[in-house]
Amino acid sequence: MAMTIHVDIVSAEEAIYSGPAEMVFAPAVMGEIGIAPRHTPLISPLKPGEVRLDLGGGKEEFFFISGGIIEVQPHVVTVLSDTAIRAKDLDEAAAMEAKKRAEAALEGQRSDLEIAKAKAELAAAAAQLAAIKKLKVKG
Amino acid sequence: MAGAKEIRGKIKSVQNTAKITKAMEMVAASKMRRAQDRMEAARPYADKIKAVVGHLANAHPEYRHPFLVERPAKRVGLIVITTDRGLCGGLNINLFKRVLNRLSDWQDNTIAFDVVTFGGKGLGFFKRLGANIVAEASHLGDRPEINDIIGPVQVLLKAYEAGEIDEIHLAYNDFVNTMTQQPEITRLVPVEPAEDDELKHYWDYIYEPDAKEVLDGLLNRYIESLVYKAVVENVACEMAARMIAMKSATDNAGELIKELQLIYNKERQAAITQEISEIVSGAAAV
Repeated sequence: MAMTIHVDIVSAEEAIYSGPAEMVFAPAVMGEIGIAPRHTPLISPLKPGEVRLDLGGGKEEFFFISGGIIEVQPHVVTVLSDTAIRAKDLDEAAAMEAKKRAEAALEGQRSDLEIAKAKAELAAAAAQLAAIKKLKVKG
Repeated sequence: MAGAKEIRGKIKSVQNTAKITKAMEMVAASKMRRAQDRMEAARPYADKIKAVVGHLANAHPEYRHPFLVERPAKRVGLIVITTDRGLCGGLNINLFKRVLNRLSDWQDNTIAFDVVTFGGKGLGFFKRLGANIVAEASHLGDRPEINDIIGPVQVLLKAYEAGEIDEIHLAYNDFVNTMTQQPEITRLVPVEPAEDDELKHYWDYIYEPDAKEVLDGLLNRYIESLVYKAVVENVACEMAARMIAMKSATDNAGELIKELQLIYNKERQAAITQEISEIVSGAAAV
C-alpha cells in the first residue's frame, strides 16, 4: 500500500474532512503546493481556491475554501479554512462598523434597558397617584 | 362570593403564566441541545489552531510577533460576552459581578480599560456604568457566525498593535454542564501558549512567504476562534440557564396554584356554611 498522510480540513464552525490521502494539493499564497507524506514542516496562508486530495486508486476529493492557513507536519496536514472571505480592507470595514454601532448605541438613549427603566418609573408613579387618590377620598 | 371570584381569576392568571414558562422551558431545552452541537462542531478548529499556535510559540521563529510579547499594562481591552435577552437566571449578573471585581482590581492599579460587548445586556450594563465602549455586536441570534465576531475583535487587535492597549481579556460564561455555568475571565493577548512537553523539540516550520505574515494571519484567527467559541458557548449557557429558570418558575407557579386552590375551597365552604346558617336561623325565627 502506498504511503499516506493524514489530512484534517476544519473551519471555525465545523469539521469538514478528516482522513488519509496520498497527496494533498492546496492553493498557497505563493502558488499551488503539492504535499506528499513526510513533507518537511511548513506553514502558509492559503488563497481562496480548491484543496485537492489524491486518495489513491484514481480517487480524488475536492474542497473549495475561501482562504485559510495550511500547516504541514511529516504525517499530518491541517487545513484551517476560513468561512468568511477575508481581506485587510474587509476586516477594517467590519471593525469600523462595530465601532459605529457602539457609538450609535451610546448616543441614542433608547436602548431596551432605558425603556424598561422608564416603564418601572412610570408604574411607580401611577401607583403613587392611585394611593393619593384613595387618601383624598377617605379624607 | 366576591373573594372567591377574585381568587378564581388569580388562579387562572397564574395558570397562564405557568403555561408560558413551561413553553419557554421546552424551547430553551431544544435550543440548548443545538447550541451544544455547535459547540462540538467548533471544537476541532479551536483544538487544531491551538496546537499550531503552541508549536509556534515553542518553536523559535526569527521574528517575535507583538501578540506573543508581554509588556507592562497601562490600558487593557475587555471583551464581555452576554446574552441579548433576559429571563435566564443569574447568568449575566454573575458574569458582571466577576467583571466588576476585576475592574476594581484594575482601578486599584490605575489601569484604564476599553470594553467591547457582545449581546444587548452587556451593552446596557456598561453604558450605565459609563465605561468606554469601543465596539459592540448584539442580536447575533442562536447561530452566531464568525463573520459577526471579526469586526469587534479587530477593533481591539488594531488598538493593541497600535500600542493603545497592552492586554486583551475575555469575560464569558463557561458551560460546565446544564446545571452549572461558570463566569470566567481569561487573557487573550499576549497569547499564553499551552505548555506541552511533547512540543518542545527544537525544530521550526518553513514559513511561506515569511514568518511575519503567517503569524499575523494565524494569531488573528486564533484569537477570533477563541472569541467565537466563547460566543457559541454563551448561547448554550443562556439556553441552559433559561431552561433551569423557567423550570423553577413553572414549579413555583404549580405550588402557588395549589395554595390558591386551598384558599378558594375554604372560601367557598365558608360561604356555603354561612348561607345554610342564615337559612336555618331564618326558619327558626319564623
